[in-house]
Amino acid sequence: MGHGDLFTPILMGVMLGGLYALTALGLSMVFGVMRVINLAHGDLVVLASYGSYAVLTILGLDPVLGLVITIPVMFVIGVLIQKYLMSKAVTIGAEAPLIIAFGLSLVIQNTNQIMWTPLSRGINTRYSQASFYIFHRQFPMTYLMDFVVGIVVMLVLREFLRRTYMGKAISATAMDPRASRLMGVNTKRIYYYAFGIAMISAAIAGTFLGMTFPFTPTSGTTFLTIAFGTVIIGGLGSMMGTFMGGIILGLVQTLSAYFLGANAQMLVLYVVIIAILAFRPQGLFGR
Amino acid sequence: METEPILKIENIEVFHGTFQAIWGLSMEVRRNESCALIGANTAGKSTLLDTINGVLHPATGSIKFLGQEISKLDPFEIVDLGITQVPEGRRLFPEMTVLENLIMGSYTPNARKHCKENLKRVFELFPKVKDRQKQLAKTMSGGEQQMVAIGRGLMAHPQLIMIDELSLGLAPIIVDEIFRTIHQIKAQGVTVLFVEQNVAKTLMEADRAYIIETGKVSLSGTATDLRNDKNVHKAYFGV
Repeated sequence: MGHGDLFTPILMGVMLGGLYALTALGLSMVFGVMRVINLAHGDLVVLASYGSYAVLTILGLDPVLGLVITIPVMFVIGVLIQKYLMSKAVTIGAEAPLIIAFGLSLVIQNTNQIMWTPLSRGINTRYSQASFYIFHRQFPMTYLMDFVVGIVVMLVLREFLRRTYMGKAISATAMDPRASRLMGVNTKRIYYYAFGIAMISAAIAGTFLGMTFPFTPTSGTTFLTIAFGTVIIGGLGSMMGTFMGGIILGLVQTLSAYFLGANAQMLVLYVVIIAILAFRPQGLFGR
Repeated sequence: METEPILKIENIEVFHGTFQAIWGLSMEVRRNESCALIGANTAGKSTLLDTINGVLHPATGSIKFLGQEISKLDPFEIVDLGITQVPEGRRLFPEMTVLENLIMGSYTPNARKHCKENLKRVFELFPKVKDRQKQLAKTMSGGEQQMVAIGRGLMAHPQLIMIDELSLGLAPIIVDEIFRTIHQIKAQGVTVLFVEQNVAKTLMEADRAYIIETGKVSLSGTATDLRNDKNVHKAYFGV
């Protein structure tokens, strides 16, 4: 990349942002509805990456088609986590779900370690090496897919929350659980679905992250940081904010790599996150 | 005039953790009447409504709705059977429009079937609410919010609507309007049980009332009888 060509890092950053927003979506949803900070979110995303890796290497199925398997599996995992771990933990106190999530994170990391070894893996499909051109500049096809998928998932989720009774009940429960119960909403069951839906987004995020970057059993920490960063920049509870947060995060990453070198990109990312926490803790788009 | 009770509560005891809020309380609500609960703050009125609604469960005693024992059911089952509560402080969904709030009221399977007709009824009852249906709930005044909250309760297609703190915090002119709607709701065949601080007004408007003190019924009867009761006068009117 020669200097003076900002077009490439900017477009790369925006496309990556769609994927980051998708990664953050599940974290934001679980916090918004259950008020639980799911420290295991990054590891659950990696679990989905490994799931898609297994779908590709063991079943020989394209991982995007394989989502018909990974999505329901991750949904069920989400429901089970809420039903057997979180719903009991919240009755103990606010810190119990945090500790459970932390424990879950360690369990998933170590299970992945045992099953897949600490070696770095990548989901290599026939389009992994494909690229497309805009103004004679080359871009990886996977980045475009990340962006499109990020937007599609967010739009589908938004319409689901707005138009279906269950979606409305999820939004209502996030706003006021007591009032929702009095409307006849089975809030316990809504919590199961909310966690399950968060895991559907994690399944899709994990699959596309795995197609974009190599991953290891400890990549969950990075993914969690990305998700937190996105939510912190965008502000909680607003889907538009999450989307913009993802894009800003993607831009910060690609532009700092462009100007300061690849080694600096994560450092700059953290500095930006800390600066926003210090000066605008509700996020750039939060209320 | 004795009619069959729609709700019959017998000797319930209710706890918040280790704190006992209701002590052997019995009462009944008769079909198509307006019945009021009067009493000081923390007397247990809201606890009683939550217990009827299944948010809380009594440790002992029975609650029968249309002859069916409901004391062990959860709120989503009880709402579907036909009891709805308009909670204290209204608790509308702030980021939803008025119409979305009303639609949320018709969440249960039984209510969904009657969503359209109930929406029409609510709009007839509160024309103001119809005009403001696209507005966000949080941008409305207290009186308008109470109308939406009652409307949302009616969207559940209830046989019994329970309204906690009917007129608390509302301007006097709105209070009259809200009390008038009690009569209109009754006229549509829905039984009303409400909690109210304004004792004089309540005993003018309700059919019957229960006076609740420290988790027990201290006095009950028709509003007319209570209005003329010496003890009620002393306690609530100071004469």
